[in-house]
Amino acid sequence: MIAPAAALSTSIHVSVGQVTASLALVALAAAISYWWKADLERDIGIAAVRSLVQLTLIGYAIKLIFEADTLWLVFVLLAVMVLFGAITARSRADKVPHAFVPLLVALALAGACTLGLVVALGIFEATPRYLVPVGGMVIGNAMTASAVALNRLGDEMHDSRPRIEATLALGATAREAAMPTVRRALRSGMITLVDSTKTTGLIFFPGTMVGMLLAGANPTDAVRLQLILLYVLLGSVSIAALVATGLAYRNFFTPAQQLREPEAGPAAS
Amino acid sequence: MLFELRGVGLTRAGRAVLDGVSAGIPAGATAIVGPSGSGKSTLLRLLNRLADPDRGEVSYRGEPLAGYDPLALRRQVALVPQLPALLEGTVGSNLAYAAGLAGRELDAARCLRLAGLDPEYAGRDVAKLSVGEQQRAMLARALAQRPEVLLLDEPTSALDHAARDAIEAALAELRRELEIAVVLVTHDPAQARRLSDWVVRLEGGRVAGCGALEEVLA
Repeated sequence: MIAPAAALSTSIHVSVGQVTASLALVALAAAISYWWKADLERDIGIAAVRSLVQLTLIGYAIKLIFEADTLWLVFVLLAVMVLFGAITARSRADKVPHAFVPLLVALALAGACTLGLVVALGIFEATPRYLVPVGGMVIGNAMTASAVALNRLGDEMHDSRPRIEATLALGATAREAAMPTVRRALRSGMITLVDSTKTTGLIFFPGTMVGMLLAGANPTDAVRLQLILLYVLLGSVSIAALVATGLAYRNFFTPAQQLREPEAGPAAS
Repeated sequence: MLFELRGVGLTRAGRAVLDGVSAGIPAGATAIVGPSGSGKSTLLRLLNRLADPDRGEVSYRGEPLAGYDPLALRRQVALVPQLPALLEGTVGSNLAYAAGLAGRELDAARCLRLAGLDPEYAGRDVAKLSVGEQQRAMLARALAQRPEVLLLDEPTSALDHAARDAIEAALAELRRELEIAVVLVTHDPAQARRLSDWVVRLEGGRVAGCGALEEVLA
């Protein structure tokens, strides 16, 4: 069990002035975009404003939840995150028919299984102080992984259509015909985190560790907590990508094991 | 009749690909002919339930196709698509996969010979085959299931004359050796004359002729 006194209770005060000063780097990013005509100034502005508003609001929400110290508020917050995560991921999986439900189930299962396991294994206490930040990380990473996996699934199902239909024509089930494609999509959803986990500590310092070090925590504690979170994220990303691809591929087929027609395909001859 | 189509219609993206198609396909060798876009490939795909019609009925050996289990049907009525689409691996692994799905013992050498390929092709990586060799490997893969009917969608459209002749010779040979019905889609009336004895001619998704070869393609 992570001991709060040793690992998490260290705090520093960050002033509004410091946050305002860091906006200089946002201005630099916008200037580079303008100078090189990358046409991202508006997006950078929107990103800066949205992050400010969203993080401020969620900061107040977390403060309220911590003060209330009741688990049902945590579940409501995580459920809202799952819902918005599925809506966001769906927009990146636009080639997958009816992707919303697979994404919703994937994020909910990834969150529930991962948080359930870390509590059951005694890694974290079942309190808002742990469940809110860990749940947010888990759902956020699960959303990215499942969106990448379904985006790839949509492209692969389109590109592999002749091979899948030729396999169906042999009397293979939809699952058998789609399996190589689903496998590649699953892999693409997981590979980013697997690769970044391989290089962590060598090429980049992950966010939790950086945050704890900045807050004055013992480096050993920072490293241990970061390791736990990396492993938790590996599990949640795998669950999310597996569930999302495993449910979504079925939407490409009819109950008679036929590949559904694409919405705008070439004319049949 | 092996297949009967009664008032079959199919609409895709607002376009009637098949419209009121009624035709019979006997056991033997049948060619479905017609210009590009006339619905030939779509009609072929209906015969092993890779697609179902929106209207009308298709029957096989007197029973409506809708009553057949699609997986079992496809193992009896094998379709070789227009473009080769083999699974990664060797020709032999593709043949073994198809035979396994149909629950058949595999005689790879025989299937390859019937498709006009030397048995040593079993060990070849499919990625290293020419399009003509891949097309023949697709035919061998379908034969590995020992189907009752072979559906061929423009089997030579992507091939040069030499490869086309080789495929046609293989088809003629396997028709002599096996009691297998063949339904062939082709845009080439000359190929229909060489390979079939019954013809269904489509135009704009409708039947423009159906009968013995010499009647329809006189």
